Amino acid sequence: MSQGAAPRVVIVGAGPAGIRAAETLVAGGLTPIVIDEGERAGGQIYRRPPQGFTRPPEALYGSEAPKAVALHQTFDAMAAAGRLVHHPRSSVVAIVDGRLQVLDGAGSRWISYDRLILATGAMDRVMPVPGWESAGVYGLGAMQIALKAQGAALGRRIVLAGSGPLLTLLAVQLLKAGGQVEAVLDTTPMRQQWRGFSGLAARPLFALRGLMMRQRLARLYQAGVTLDRIETDKRGPVAVLWRDADGKQQRTACDAVGLGWHLRAETRLADLAGCDFAYDETWRQWLPQADAMGRAGRGVYLAGDGLRILGADGAEVAGRLAAAACLRDLGLPAPDIAAERRRLVHLGRFARGVAAAFPWPAETAAKLPDETVVCRCEGVTAGELRRTVDFGGGEVNRVKSLGRAGMGRCQGRYCELAAAEIVAGCAGYHSAGEAGRLRGQAPVRPAPISALIQDAAAGG
Amino acid sequence: MSKAGSEGAGRLVRLAEIDRVPLRFFLDGSERRALTGDTVLSAVLSVAPALRRSEFGPEARAGFCLMGACQDCWIWQEDGPRLRACSTPLAEDMRLLSDAPGEWP
Repeated sequence: MSQGAAPRVVIVGAGPAGIRAAETLVAGGLTPIVIDEGERAGGQIYRRPPQGFTRPPEALYGSEAPKAVALHQTFDAMAAAGRLVHHPRSSVVAIVDGRLQVLDGAGSRWISYDRLILATGAMDRVMPVPGWESAGVYGLGAMQIALKAQGAALGRRIVLAGSGPLLTLLAVQLLKAGGQVEAVLDTTPMRQQWRGFSGLAARPLFALRGLMMRQRLARLYQAGVTLDRIETDKRGPVAVLWRDADGKQQRTACDAVGLGWHLRAETRLADLAGCDFAYDETWRQWLPQADAMGRAGRGVYLAGDGLRILGADGAEVAGRLAAAACLRDLGLPAPDIAAERRRLVHLGRFARGVAAAFPWPAETAAKLPDETVVCRCEGVTAGELRRTVDFGGGEVNRVKSLGRAGMGRCQGRYCELAAAEIVAGCAGYHSAGEAGRLRGQAPVRPAPISALIQDAAAGG
Repeated sequence: MSKAGSEGAGRLVRLAEIDRVPLRFFLDGSERRALTGDTVLSAVLSVAPALRRSEFGPEARAGFCLMGACQDCWIWQEDGPRLRACSTPLAEDMRLLSDAPGEWP
């Protein structure tokens, strides 16, 4: 930090966590820089359509509309008043020695920081289903984004499959908007869902809303299913083949499939920033480590679903806490956060209940047929991964080097968790955590060669 | 080689926000219409079932995450640079290709 100048705090991500972090820093007298891939601040769950779209917030966000509007207005007011610097449609692709490499439409540049708040959110957690590499198969989140941001369904006859709160929510939203949903296939048996109920009871209203949505789906909703295959032709999905809770074979015709088993944290930048990671058995994924306020060391703070998958309400709280910790560490007046900390503990209990009620079907990975594509980017199959383990051992980075799962354009975001379960299954591990953690590499997003050449020429 | 699933109508079904100003673009040289405010992804999928061909398999691709994480939706343009279709707003007269240009190795 240069003498006398105000410290430079950079926030990556303008979802609920990033916006509340920015608000807290602004209240503390700072002018944060907010870098976000979105056109307009809001993140994914409170994503805003482009300017000029006309559906009211109630149509877009349902019962959460007041929260969404409050966040959008808070951010827009700060941006309009020049209280923060907003870089929309910008991606951070590398972090080196307190500097961020940022790509936007104009190319690459470096932005230095004294403190960094990462609020990078989460994405769909997906278990491969044979045929999922076809056009017309999407994450559940993708289908929700298409509906929210573009007013569109990604198919005429849609099958939704997976497990988690979004499965039910998206089905109801699609039906309400006039979309056609053919089936909602939950891989979690009912008895398992009730097992998570003690955790869910921490937010009875939220749990009740979920049950009521389930009621509206009536016979479309099936619990405890096994997904066998997505049947495809040249154009895309034709049907989903599945077995019901009694083991009876079923075939549901469709032209689009949405898949998702709750969420996985986006942690690539936390990795590049040098954060420690630990394998979390509840979430069955590696998560960055931070104290209760979000301090991750080296001037880095973490908030939102990229740290702990607590959902949007938890992200708002975590964003405030991380920014308060940042202010305190800079020796600036910080707000009283005792109540926020209690709320985060409460939301954490609920989140663990959700994780228990809608688990990642880890055991499915070991049973995937050899010809199933696991890495969508490069078409690497389960069989190829298994042979790699036989040849090179059960460690995910070796599997990546030898078998390319995790080497493709998404850098393992969508295959890493399933691949780790397959490796663990082959190697006889009790937990996928024993297969190790895929190391992040810059650039964390594909970067045009022209931007990197321009950067090298400029001495970046 | 046939273009990436360019036969047949679009995949995307517009359920709302349909009173927007039409916007012209070109897909594989043919003039197409989408709507102002569309992303490149929604524009192309409103007239075609896919964005591109997979480099590693026989199947076509039409995006997967729609939030810039999976990188499935990068699409070619006639003048060179590829675009991430889900996060790029459609611009008037964009010239898009569902397959690599002929000279690409």
